Amino acid sequence: MEPTGFEEHRHTADWALRVWAPDMAGLLEQAARGMYLLMGVERRDEPRAERELEISAPDPESLLVSFLSELLFILEQEYLVFDSFDIEAGTSHVSARLGGAPCSAIAKEIKAVTYHKLNVQETSQGLEVTIVFDV
Amino acid sequence: MVALKDFRKISDYEWEIPTSFRHDMRVPVRLFATRDLLEASLDDLSIEQAVNAATLPGLVGHVIVMPDMHQGYGFPIGGVAATALPDGVISPGAIGYDINCGVRLLGSSIELEAAEPFLSDLATALDHYCPSGVGSHGGYPVTDAELDQVCRQGAAWGMKRGLATEQDLRRTEEGGALSGADPAAVSARAKARGRPQLGTLGAGNHFIEVDVVEQVFDAGAAQVMGLQEGMLTLQIHCGSRGFGHQICSDYVAQFQEAVRRYGIKLPDRELVCAPMDSPEGKAYIAAMRAAANYAFLNRQILAHGARQAFEAVLAGKVRNWHLHQIYDIAHNMGKEETHTVDGRQMRVCVHRKGATRAFGPGAPGLPEEYRSTGQPVLVPGSMGTASWVLVGTEGSMERSFGSSCHGAGRVLSRSQAKKEIRGDELRRTLEKRGIHVRAGSLPGLAEEAPQAYKDVDEVIKTVTGAGIARKVARLRPVAVIKG
Repeated sequence: MEPTGFEEHRHTADWALRVWAPDMAGLLEQAARGMYLLMGVERRDEPRAERELEISAPDPESLLVSFLSELLFILEQEYLVFDSFDIEAGTSHVSARLGGAPCSAIAKEIKAVTYHKLNVQETSQGLEVTIVFDV
Repeated sequence: MVALKDFRKISDYEWEIPTSFRHDMRVPVRLFATRDLLEASLDDLSIEQAVNAATLPGLVGHVIVMPDMHQGYGFPIGGVAATALPDGVISPGAIGYDINCGVRLLGSSIELEAAEPFLSDLATALDHYCPSGVGSHGGYPVTDAELDQVCRQGAAWGMKRGLATEQDLRRTEEGGALSGADPAAVSARAKARGRPQLGTLGAGNHFIEVDVVEQVFDAGAAQVMGLQEGMLTLQIHCGSRGFGHQICSDYVAQFQEAVRRYGIKLPDRELVCAPMDSPEGKAYIAAMRAAANYAFLNRQILAHGARQAFEAVLAGKVRNWHLHQIYDIAHNMGKEETHTVDGRQMRVCVHRKGATRAFGPGAPGLPEEYRSTGQPVLVPGSMGTASWVLVGTEGSMERSFGSSCHGAGRVLSRSQAKKEIRGDELRRTLEKRGIHVRAGSLPGLAEEAPQAYKDVDEVIKTVTGAGIARKVARLRPVAVIKG
């Protein structure tokens, strides 16, 4: 198995995404890429844009929910989708410099990132989590 | 894992999981299902989620699960749970992100035969007058000050602007406005999302559908509602858009801390909750009601758009193209109601997530015309299959906190649906069967294919067999608009 990645998991009503990476920064990046893919987000090449994010949360799961929710909000409000992730993350804080461009299409909508059975687990390879999105 | 042996059979349509099943259950779980539906539900996590829901503090009676149940997140879709006032909990996840997602049904005296040549144009016009799709804009955008009014006034806000009639409001749950809504309890982010999205359908499983009344089962109730065999009806299924989604997200995040503060232990973080009489609980209730009122107005504006579409296409071509309101009802909501529990009347907060209020004859709050029939219960099927109009009964008041099912219920995962069904083929199949389809996204259409849902007729057989609803009419789709 690749050291970082994501895959869709079976869920009756919503979407479930399993994500793995060596560390929290990688986990956030893979979760973001997987979320965009599930939504069928397509990106223009330019104009390029950057955003800096500082997010604090009481635990890794809340940090993950806040980070992805922030990306969904930026996508909905500014039609901006990121493909470059420069992230520093601990268990309760993330500093991110994100680069991207306007999206040209979104096939499907995510209503929310849920806490359902959300548990960032340590594995021999690093970290792993399954995220359920309400759609 | 829950197995069939863990259920106690009460009747052919009712089953129970006692509190002895798991040590942390506070009340039993009561399921309305045929044996087939019950066995099918064991394939996903819906029953386990119902058992988890039964651990919420302050629960009374049973956690109820409807036959259209399926796995959700935290709380199962098709779940009903009542907590005692004043200090039982309110749980945003037990209401859902799409606060006051619901269904509105409009009736007409337009004969299918007369409208048939114009159905394709009608589908196109509905798609035009009722904006839909991901993040859809172009509906009825409002300013900050107007949004605050919408939060308090709900569908009534549309009266002065020519978007609603007195009959529309009278035939909407709670008259289209819950009291106690407070825009001050709503975040700036929720308002930013809500302002441009008012009057839009969105995407996902939301839809507008033109149906024909295929069969009437209760002529008296159908006459009161203005439903006649062979005539067109219109259904609108949507909710509070990004406004409600953000409110729920905000409070689920805030309540992660609240449960620690109040010493509440839960098996799933999505079930986080707070006592209703706590500052956190009161704030969420005020914000949830604001989202509910937004959703009532949202469906009202879409109904206005649908009326414009009908006029644009059918004026001069049919005798009367008017659409009259039959009812508008929520299926994701938390409501303060009075119910009899263990022989004692008490005030409770009924959480309904993917479950429809189904008040029986004589229940308080129903419009005069529905007092003797019971409240209309609107059960949309999946695209291409039947929808049903039911009414609430004495049985629903006694056994399900005045609630019934809300739809067919998913059975196929979205990933499976995508693998097995192609959106373009599905559209062709539906068109061949005389159902005109307008869809913003073909992959999205595939995920909502009829094959992804249970047999709605089996669901209806269960709720009517159990006596928690009564059949009024069966509807057949002729045009579907999806975001």
